[in-house]
Amino acid sequence: MPETLSLKEIGLGYSRLKNGIKARVVVCAGTGCVANGSLEVFDALKKSLEQNGLDVVLELKKEENGTLLSKSGCQGFCQMGPLVTIFPQGVLYTKVKPADAEEIVTATIKANKLVERLVYSNPSTGERTAILSEIPFYKKQHRYVLKSCGVIDPEDINEYIADNGYSSAENAAFNMSPEVICRDISASGLRGRGGAGFLTGRKWDMARIQKSAKKYIVCNGDEGDPGAFMDRSVMEGNPHSVIEGMIIAGLATGADEGIVYVRTEYPLAVKRMRKAVADAFALNILGSNIFASDKSFNISVMEGAGAFVCGEETALLASVQGERGMPAPKPPFPAQSGLWEKPTVINNVETLATVPLILRHGTAEYRKMGTEKTPGTKTFALTGHVANTGLIEVPFGTTLRHLLNEVAGGVTGEDGSVSLEAFKAVQIGGPSGACLTRDHLDLPLDFDSLKSIGAMVGSGGLVVMNTCTCMVAISRFFMQFTQNESCGKCVPCREGTKQMLNLLDDILEGRADDTTLPLLEELAVAVQRGSLCGLGKSAPNPVLSTLKYFRQEYTAHIKEHRCPSGSCKAFIQYSIDPALCKGCMLCAKKCPSGAITGELKKPHKINTAACTKCGICVASCKFKAIKGAA
Amino acid sequence: MTNRNHRKFEEVCRILEKNGNDPARLIPVLQQVQEVYRYLPEEIMSFVATSLNISPAKVFGVATFFSHFTLKPKGKYIIRVCDGTACHVKTSTGILDALYKKLSLSEKINTTPDMLFTIETVSCLGACGLAPAVVINERVYGQMTPEKTSEVLDGIIKTEEKQKEAVNA
Repeated sequence: MPETLSLKEIGLGYSRLKNGIKARVVVCAGTGCVANGSLEVFDALKKSLEQNGLDVVLELKKEENGTLLSKSGCQGFCQMGPLVTIFPQGVLYTKVKPADAEEIVTATIKANKLVERLVYSNPSTGERTAILSEIPFYKKQHRYVLKSCGVIDPEDINEYIADNGYSSAENAAFNMSPEVICRDISASGLRGRGGAGFLTGRKWDMARIQKSAKKYIVCNGDEGDPGAFMDRSVMEGNPHSVIEGMIIAGLATGADEGIVYVRTEYPLAVKRMRKAVADAFALNILGSNIFASDKSFNISVMEGAGAFVCGEETALLASVQGERGMPAPKPPFPAQSGLWEKPTVINNVETLATVPLILRHGTAEYRKMGTEKTPGTKTFALTGHVANTGLIEVPFGTTLRHLLNEVAGGVTGEDGSVSLEAFKAVQIGGPSGACLTRDHLDLPLDFDSLKSIGAMVGSGGLVVMNTCTCMVAISRFFMQFTQNESCGKCVPCREGTKQMLNLLDDILEGRADDTTLPLLEELAVAVQRGSLCGLGKSAPNPVLSTLKYFRQEYTAHIKEHRCPSGSCKAFIQYSIDPALCKGCMLCAKKCPSGAITGELKKPHKINTAACTKCGICVASCKFKAIKGAA
Repeated sequence: MTNRNHRKFEEVCRILEKNGNDPARLIPVLQQVQEVYRYLPEEIMSFVATSLNISPAKVFGVATFFSHFTLKPKGKYIIRVCDGTACHVKTSTGILDALYKKLSLSEKINTTPDMLFTIETVSCLGACGLAPAVVINERVYGQMTPEKTSEVLDGIIKTEEKQKEAVNA
């Protein structure tokens, strides 16, 4: 057994090293900000700090004075990236470019002055807020699981430890029996964040009572729902919290091996998880006799290969075993017979990241958040037509109205205006979920109330749609997705989704008649009932829920050959308003099919026979003279 | 030719060995093979099957099941247009159509004859905050439009041409 420092010594050591640090600059290095060029900003800041004669500390390895420059995981406010936060002031700069680095260093770090143009300004009110915690997007959230995400350096295990990290796992290894851990987690009311909301404590207990020398813990990081990226952000931003949760799950169930299954589309999450696992092994937090106790726990990281169905636990296990990711019937449940027929607990990333916090702060404290039946917080990926897109966290039971108005900063309409007026619907739970409408603005978001209206929390993707979105086209979009991702095992799912897709295409392309909708509904129920796994069972949900709330849109397509949102290509007719057209000829130049004709400074015309309805002319017209009507 | 094939299999042997010739590690093996060859050649899949003592049908089954694997060679630049929900509602299809048009490709024929570009769609890249997103090889481009994507492509084409000229000169 290697000689290692205790957690306390590591934590104290880190705090001591931090004493010499006068200022800290945190550059967001989540996928979103990196795409916007945050790594170049990081380099520019480093250069500017050095040129200004400030000592730059990139890694706290020895006692140093100077400015600590570090990268963080996703801070959630992706749209405003690249994000740079400066401590001790707590100032957040948005949309930072490498050219801004010099001014940030000379003004803010050296002279404690704000760089006004980088300060966040509210898109609807124009109000400016410099301090991160004061910005409505953050202020109206309750960041619990994400608290350290975006602050700490995900690649520095010492910082996690200094933040009390791994103390829950250490305490569990020495002072808690498996029964007690399961009891505490059950008492906290923690429910799985993967979608179904099964009680985590009960799942663990089921695995705990199995008599088997070998048991497994699998972390499900195969976040395949389009429009969801909470798990990616946790794995990128605070990978050690996931590892700590897995260790505790292992101690609770008697498992000594864990597998983190990350989808291949998340290369940064794979990289950070791998590094975190290696660092934890080096400090004897993973391996044999962890924390110098008599317990052992090993973790390996596996990359998925691109299959949505592998988010389903039995399919995930099949792919870990090197097979096609096809679901198997339950029971037996994985907790009884899972990986290699051994008892296996499969938990979602966010669930596991919550576990250490529950043990650290106590179950009573945890139950103070959220609702009676669904305590705690939930992270959501807020995307689509909203002013602030990004990753957010709120207590369960928060209403949609609060989310849209306060956190998201309003819904964006087609003309770019921001209000709740433009709100049409929000898709919750991805392709397995349902849509919520204006009627649900005051519905508390939790597992049970969503279930009561036929929706689900799912993994937590919230895609907001404005009034210009065609709900029939959206349900076709989801049907196409599930049809593509159906593994092909069950006939109702494999063939049924295909036929449903054909029926939806009939509606969207003007071939539908009176028999289409009844057939679509009949088929939806058949697919729901006849499929084995959650993918097939929930595949018709988007169709059924849009039919429930937006039936008139379906009938308008079928009976009047008209798309009420004016977005379906088959029915749209573009025309140029001669009163608004200035004859600038831009549209005629841009039109890829040469369908627009006209002379300079005279109103142009669209030849509808040649028009391919690509919409490029609408986007190019500066005078808003071209309109599409259906 | 024989020599080249020989070298080809040497690489595969190394990968198989690294994974302990364990049939349970078929997916990581195929991932690593694809990393080297950029696709899964048929003869290599058969070789992997024989080495792991499983049927070629099983290897082929796994390779065709997961969307990450490809049995056809792909272009030097793989353009992945995200068509996740968030990107879709922000009209990612317009970008895709424009790309198909620009490179004269379609859903069926998605690699240019000069093997420079392959166009694919992905369900979600998790960069929804930046929707619509396009990824070219490893680089993510956020908040894209058909015009911006076209500009990026022009940039790549220009660099490639310059490189070619440099080689020819």
